Amino acid sequence: MSAYVWVWVAIVAAGLLAWLTKLLGHVVPERIVENPRVHRIAAYVTVTLLMALAAVQAFTSGGHLVADSRIAAMAVAVVALVLRAPFLVVVALAAATAAVLRLLGWG
Amino acid sequence: MSSADEASAPDADYSRRAPAPGAGEVSTPDAAEPAPASRASRLGPTRTQALSVSIATGAYAISFGALSVAAGLDLWQTMALSLLVFSGGSQFAFVGVVAGGGNLAAAAATSTFLGIRNGFYGVSLAPILRPMRGPRLAWAAQVTIDESTAVALAQPPEDVPARRQGFWWTGVGVFVLWNLVTVVGALAGQRIGDPADWGLDAAAAAAFLALVWPRLASRRAHVVAGVAAVLALALTPIAPAGVPILAAAVVGIVAGWKAPRAEGEVPE
Repeated sequence: MSAYVWVWVAIVAAGLLAWLTKLLGHVVPERIVENPRVHRIAAYVTVTLLMALAAVQAFTSGGHLVADSRIAAMAVAVVALVLRAPFLVVVALAAATAAVLRLLGWG
Repeated sequence: MSSADEASAPDADYSRRAPAPGAGEVSTPDAAEPAPASRASRLGPTRTQALSVSIATGAYAISFGALSVAAGLDLWQTMALSLLVFSGGSQFAFVGVVAGGGNLAAAAATSTFLGIRNGFYGVSLAPILRPMRGPRLAWAAQVTIDESTAVALAQPPEDVPARRQGFWWTGVGVFVLWNLVTVVGALAGQRIGDPADWGLDAAAAAAFLALVWPRLASRRAHVVAGVAAVLALALTPIAPAGVPILAAAVVGIVAGWKAPRAEGEVPE
């Protein structure tokens, strides 16, 4: 199969798995999922995945560690988050920071 | 909880904070019917809240649409992700792994791991929504996300119809707007040339940071998140793309295995 078809396979698989995960919560008896350890693991896995995705997206390119204008963009995002800016504002400020720095020729 | 708070923390995990929502009180659908006065008193504000959360959440699908196209997916694939996966964190993760050159299995796995919390939302919502069967159950599952759960559980515990309305109005509202705005973002993304010129790579990083931010309330969560980030970065030059992210999931499993010594240390 072509690479294009494989992307579709992955999308449909991810969609199906996402839906089955959601469905499971609605149909399983409560006592099975009320295990505190399962709850803790789910909470921490969410934190570690999102944090790792942020770090890899901010500080790597093509399998290499990279320091470029994204560092400044992340610093701006942190300030915006501390000031309780809405999601879209945080994202837009980070993009604008990187875009302006690149326009000036700084990575 | 105001709707503005929810809008600024779209992916916050509310299920753990929620009280057991009327568990035991609701044995049959009839028992869930409240006095008419209580119905009239809450449904207006509930709908307003659902609508404002839907608009705030739907709006940021524009960044998903643009990032997905920047990652190399086409318009139809981008739309399919929003329709089928329909969970912001999972969708950003899928295109993030693809953009980083990771293989597709890693993308689907990361997306699925990030969607595990939605399974717990179904459990929290069960006392409000059960019994359900057939298409209604299938559709309820699809719109079980951070926002619909948050608005449902933010209504008074005794007002089951308001909680139910909060779930459905927010779930369907976000679904409609999220999918429409995804198209707008993807079409915009196709017309802008090199995504890096517009800082879209930085936007993706900031999006993940904004999603994790509300969950970093405790010192222990900071440490765990820091370890995950450092491990993922350290593995990036030596492991295939996507693997560093999944290694971070292992950090989460280890961190959650043992019970914390103090209350409030588990991220919310």
